Amino acid sequence: MAKKFLYLNRKAPYGSVYALESLEVVLIAAAFEQEVSLAFLDDGVYQIAKGQNPKAIGMKNFSPTYNALGDYGITKMYVERESLAERGLTEDDLMPIVYEDEDDDYAEKPSVQVVSRMEMAQIMAEQDVTFSF
Amino acid sequence: MALDIGGKTIATDEEGYLENLNDWTPEVATAMALAEETPVALNDEHWEIINFLREYYEEYQIAPAVRVLTKAVGKRLGADKGNSKYLYSLFPYGPGKQACKYAGLPKPTGCV
Repeated sequence: MAKKFLYLNRKAPYGSVYALESLEVVLIAAAFEQEVSLAFLDDGVYQIAKGQNPKAIGMKNFSPTYNALGDYGITKMYVERESLAERGLTEDDLMPIVYEDEDDDYAEKPSVQVVSRMEMAQIMAEQDVTFSF
Repeated sequence: MALDIGGKTIATDEEGYLENLNDWTPEVATAMALAEETPVALNDEHWEIINFLREYYEEYQIAPAVRVLTKAVGKRLGADKGNSKYLYSLFPYGPGKQACKYAGLPKPTGCV
C-alpha cells in the first residue's frame, strides 16, 4: 500500500546541495508510486521562486524540473505563508506550477498551496514518513 | 569509453551515456546505436522519440522516468505510440535508458 511521504525543503536552492538532492529523492520515491507531497519552509521557499538564474555561479537552473512533478503524480506542494512573508515574498513570486487532473478531463490545476504555519503542522502530522532537507 | 565521430573523440561513461551533454549531435545518436552489441539503424520512429526526449529535457531539465515518458509520448504523439509495447519495440534495452542515451540525456533518475 502506498504511504504518505512528505519532503520538507528548508534551504535556499543553490548555496548547498540539499534542494537538488531532495528533488532527486522525490523523483525516485514518486517512481515507486508512493503518495508524495512537498513542503517549502524557511529559505526553502526560494526553491520555487520565479526567474532563477544561477549561471553566474556556475550552477544549473534546476527549477524547471518542479514543473515536471505533476507528470510524476506529485500534485501537492505546500508553501508556508509565514516563511514567504518573513522574506517579503507573496504567492506571485512563486512559479505557477500546475498538474493535469486525470479525473477531470486533464484540466490544469495549481500544485502550489500556500498554507499557514498551523496548517503546515497539521499536514506534517498526517504523514507516514517525513524527510527533512 | 569513447565514441569516434568523424575523427572527433566523444567521451562517454561506462554505460555509454555522454560525459558532456553539449557534445550531442544527431551523428552521436547514430554512432551510439550502431555501437550496440546488436547494431541498430535509427529510423524515423526512433528519431521521433529521441527528438521528443530532447525537447522534454530542454523544458524540464530531467530525463523522464519510463512511466512518465510513456504517458507524455501518448499525450503528444497518440495512444498508439504512448504504450510500453511500442516503445520497447523501438528500444528493447528499455525506452528510458536506451532512448535517453541516444538523445544525449543523463540516465533517468531512479533508473538502476
